[in-house]
Amino acid sequence: MNDVAIRVKNLGKRYYIGGKRKNSIRLGDKVVDVALTPFRRIKKLIKGDPAGASDLDREFWALNNVSFDIKHGEIIGIIGHNGAGKSTLLKILSRITEPTTGYADVYGRIGSLLEVGTGFHPELTGRENVYLNGSILGMRRTEINRKFDEIVDFAEIEQFIDTPVKHYSSGMYVRLAFSVAAHLEPEILLIDEVLAVGDVDFQKKSLGKMENVSHEGRTVVFVSHNMNALQRLCPQSILFRHGQLISQDKTRRVIEQYLSAMSSETSGPNSIIDLTNQKRDGTGDVMFQSLSYKGNDESLAYYPYTNGPLEVSITLFSKSACSVSSIAIVILDRYGTKLVNADSLTHGNNISLRKGITTLTFQMEQLHLNPGLYTIGLWVANPPIEVYDYIASAAMFEVTETESQKIRVQEDGLVPVKFQVLGIS
Amino acid sequence: MVGGSFKANHMIRIEPSKGWFSLRLNEIWDSRELLMIFVWRDLKVRYRQTVIGALWAILQPLLTMAIFTIFFGRLAGIPSDEIPYSVFTYAALVPWTFFANSIHQASNSLVNNPEMVKKIYFPRLTMPVASVFAGLVDFFLAFVLLLAMMLYYGFVPTLNALWLPFFVVLSVTTALGVSFWLSALNVQFRDVRYMIPFIVQIWLFATPVAYPSSLLSDPWRTIYGINPMVGVVEGFRWSLLGVDTAPAPVIFVSYGVALVLLIGGAIYFRRMERNFADVI
Repeated sequence: MNDVAIRVKNLGKRYYIGGKRKNSIRLGDKVVDVALTPFRRIKKLIKGDPAGASDLDREFWALNNVSFDIKHGEIIGIIGHNGAGKSTLLKILSRITEPTTGYADVYGRIGSLLEVGTGFHPELTGRENVYLNGSILGMRRTEINRKFDEIVDFAEIEQFIDTPVKHYSSGMYVRLAFSVAAHLEPEILLIDEVLAVGDVDFQKKSLGKMENVSHEGRTVVFVSHNMNALQRLCPQSILFRHGQLISQDKTRRVIEQYLSAMSSETSGPNSIIDLTNQKRDGTGDVMFQSLSYKGNDESLAYYPYTNGPLEVSITLFSKSACSVSSIAIVILDRYGTKLVNADSLTHGNNISLRKGITTLTFQMEQLHLNPGLYTIGLWVANPPIEVYDYIASAAMFEVTETESQKIRVQEDGLVPVKFQVLGIS
Repeated sequence: MVGGSFKANHMIRIEPSKGWFSLRLNEIWDSRELLMIFVWRDLKVRYRQTVIGALWAILQPLLTMAIFTIFFGRLAGIPSDEIPYSVFTYAALVPWTFFANSIHQASNSLVNNPEMVKKIYFPRLTMPVASVFAGLVDFFLAFVLLLAMMLYYGFVPTLNALWLPFFVVLSVTTALGVSFWLSALNVQFRDVRYMIPFIVQIWLFATPVAYPSSLLSDPWRTIYGINPMVGVVEGFRWSLLGVDTAPAPVIFVSYGVALVLLIGGAIYFRRMERNFADVI
């Protein structure tokens, strides 16, 4: 008996990017293109070039020669940067788009969840949308009948089930949508980053539901940027980079590999880290330009150390003179857990920014961080109205240790603490 | 039924598709439940937030009939095969309105739901098919009024009326065929969206809705059947109103063309389908 659930062999997906594409969107271009193509081909043939695919512009392999096996009952995490090929893989496995090369054999009924609420119609009631969405996701009518109460129950919207969903709050909407999807019972489930819906309580509940799914012996392929969720759910993971499979291993190891690849981009203390090309969100009316950080000990080359101070200097560019209430420096651990949130909002004073460049320095007195790698995130906003700029991952930095701290117990606590042992007399 | 029945021996291979003729019709059959859900959704949503609701299904052909009767029937004095002009044109407008609305809805069925195409797998053909099937409900409502008008004008259905389903199927076939082509083209070339009103308008005048095809003499009249809607309209008038035009050759030509449209459209759609999620 074959225990493989998904076998992927030399799978590749090519897209064409840039100016002139073969599939031009305007009919006029297409007609001209089609009319000229035979002449172009003939010209190439005369010159001795291979005609055909070579006259395409720039090609881009979203997925390149990927092979792996997933066994029945395995819960596999897929990790990688944006554009690493994770979503393309899921789209191919769920048959939304075709691969360019290779193949994937899928043993069993497959269900995919690339987005919650797809196909919901605002004019229809909650009840009607459960049936509509369920059918689109591949459930049979009898199956939906059977699970209907459970779905409504899970979404916590009993009294609104016969209201058109256009009157729902966005929270109710995503809860119902997630709930339908969560009750899908294929043998193989593909999930893309859908746990990030609803409020914190609902997210916990969703994660719990996913954990149950994984105990039912189903095969799950789970794409996420949430390292916590990945660690909780998936014993094994696959790492992708630039469309290629880098490794398939225990999740903890894969995450470390993923993060250490990122941290090769770390800069030491006192150097100016340029932020202008960082991935960010926000209106852009105020934007972080650069950042530098340092500890206070010259003998440690100004590396921040456990229980020592940290100074972070940031420069901001503002399109106009303005006053902001919240500028924050966030420190996250390697699994994405937010450990520190130094937000100017806690002081209650607005900070005035002049038009152009402003420089600010945040002084943190004591870092209760164990030695290791951490990420700095930056945030400037006037909550709750506007978020000007938010960089989830602006820089990585290393916390080191002083000589006297070098003797450490095997298993560190999550947070260090300064303490004394007093004798009892 | 989930779980056990499919087990590991149920294997699908996902690979680049080859060849022109894999229509995978079994897949459509497997998703008939989804098809019915789409039809039901289209019907539910269509007349939401309108005051007169499904009355529109009757009003559309009825108002067009009124206009045609005044301008073409009275003012221009266009002949109508010796029967009252209003019934003459309404009998054609019932299938015509179905056809025009169907291709209008179906052609936009994919591009109006890009999220579904990009995020979920289901046989894409179900979307245009559902739009056409949903139009059949409007068709039957308008048809009831046609029966009422026939009674009013004293037309008694003859045995010829038994042939009517044959012409309804012809109009559905034509609508599906055209919809497959246009909806698939529309995904890649949004020009189609703007062309559809013109296509429908020109097609209307190329179809004997406002005038009788008996204006043409014979070899030309049969050739006229290349427009499959000619066969539909002629068939409706012959089977219901007893117009003595013996349209058999026209109808055969129309049926042939409609089937070619349908099969060609389905093949073209299947061929383009693999890129829908990437280009929509």
